[in-house]
Amino acid sequence: MNALLSPADIDAIWLTLKLAFTVTVLLLILGTPLAWWLAHSRARWRGAINALVALPLILPPTVLGFYLLVAMGPNGPLGRLTAEVGLGALPFTFAGLVIGSLIYSLPFVVQPIRDAFIAIGPRPLEVAATLGARPIDAFFSVILPLARPGFLTATVLGFAHTVGEFGVVLMIGGNIPNETRVVAIQIYDHVEALEYTQAHWLAGGLLAFSFIVLLALHTLNDRQAKR
Amino acid sequence: MSHDGALHFDLALDLPQLSIQAAATLPPRGVTALFGPSGAGKTTLLRLIAGLESGGRGQIRLGDTTWQDTHTTRRLPTHRRELAYVFQEASLFAHLTVRDNLAFGLKRARSTAHTIRFDDAVAWLGVGHLLDRAPSHLSGGERQRVAIARALLAQPRLLLMDEPLSAVDADGRDAILDTLEQLPERLGIPIIYVSHSIEEIARLADHLLLLSAGRILAAGPTNEILTRCDLPLAHGAHAGAVLQARIVAHTPDEHLSRLAFDGGQLLISTLDRPVDSTVRLRIAARDIAIALSEPADSSVINHLQAIIVDLADDPNPAHCLVRLQVGEAVLLARITQHSRRRLALQPGMAVWALVKGVAVR
Repeated sequence: MNALLSPADIDAIWLTLKLAFTVTVLLLILGTPLAWWLAHSRARWRGAINALVALPLILPPTVLGFYLLVAMGPNGPLGRLTAEVGLGALPFTFAGLVIGSLIYSLPFVVQPIRDAFIAIGPRPLEVAATLGARPIDAFFSVILPLARPGFLTATVLGFAHTVGEFGVVLMIGGNIPNETRVVAIQIYDHVEALEYTQAHWLAGGLLAFSFIVLLALHTLNDRQAKR
Repeated sequence: MSHDGALHFDLALDLPQLSIQAAATLPPRGVTALFGPSGAGKTTLLRLIAGLESGGRGQIRLGDTTWQDTHTTRRLPTHRRELAYVFQEASLFAHLTVRDNLAFGLKRARSTAHTIRFDDAVAWLGVGHLLDRAPSHLSGGERQRVAIARALLAQPRLLLMDEPLSAVDADGRDAILDTLEQLPERLGIPIIYVSHSIEEIARLADHLLLLSAGRILAAGPTNEILTRCDLPLAHGAHAGAVLQARIVAHTPDEHLSRLAFDGGQLLISTLDRPVDSTVRLRIAARDIAIALSEPADSSVINHLQAIIVDLADDPNPAHCLVRLQVGEAVLLARITQHSRRRLALQPGMAVWALVKGVAVR
């Protein structure tokens, strides 16, 4: 009896974690200003941007993946840009996967943070200003700690959602070991090859992972609410 | 400890439902109450001064520091104006303990002089036993006490208070008012206190700014504004005068205290305060009767010689208002139109004011 997980499985798990971690960190950095803008802007096209951010929630992943593939292709706008700056082609690379996942998981990170900002309202910022805090100081000393539950939800959902991604990866990433072959793809391969035992271990692992993540999120948020 | 920082402002703001056009210069120390009906623009004016409202035009100057001047496009952001603001509802930072809330302003104080020390503010507001608590575990009154202490620790040169007691129950309100009465002397800075409670104003305000539909209707010392017959304050059920008085003597056998004020002396039931202490008196307009000669056979013990300054109709057609000069002080009396005709009262007449009741705060 060999190991429960083959070396290829382990590789897929590492790649998945690397992808999810990279995407989550990038989304937190890029998504926070966007969430702030969505929460506070009175611009007319705020509604359109809100809809655009929410689009990946309802769009079939294959549709999103198809358009990304076209955009990243040698004749697509993104593809031409990356060729121009000497980055080469994005499809079927880890970088391409990161870009795809950024868009795919965007609403799961931006929306909880945006809602947390809205719930906090303008008052704490005004109070901080009257006490002499510069806006950037007020953001880090007041807004961030008050929005902590929102950031926690955003982090967990963004990470878990990227881990579970399949359709977009298949369209723009394909199935290249150590580059684009994530756990979801690996499971698909096992099933195709009728390796149900292997598929069980990976699928069961993902199921347990998702449950534990959500349980931890609820426990943490409950504890925060009780303080 | 005070800088000579009189506040001068001349501001305009157009909102869909309200247009503000207000100019005033406030005395450099003491409480100026901003009074008016709801919707008059009191909070908006306060927010304009604090720089929290966008779109305002005009000038704001505190002492020799210009905070805002539309002509030179100078506009200091709120965090650079040396002010502190106590909001209407509790505004403590929920993620910080009381101690850390207090420290927040102290750490960022714009003046390095730190004339108000942490322990002083804590003692004045009586929040020492709350320091390690979370704001969610405080009562409404306790929260406002902490908010006021936090504002003081920001070392402001101007203190703005927007109906700080409106979310506090009656008992808590009374206790906080006692504390607030002590503040002007301790701080030596101008304080603007927004309120629509006559009682709070009578207790706290040295000056009054009357706001109506975004315009300043009248400004001046509290008693002058309270007793002016042409202003709405003289027409309300709680109309009356507010006077400063000094306790001259106690007469224990009669359970009375003798008070001296600008217009003479008054006898009232014994006050539990030492001789020579200063008290604020309220004499309601309905508690003053007028006689042409000093009555020898009346139960009223306080008779004051007065000159009628002004007579005006009251919204209630049965009543009229009489403004009385008593020595240096001014009192307001509400009598019936019937008596006014019967006694043929005219401005300039010398009369006796019979004071039936005095409230002490």
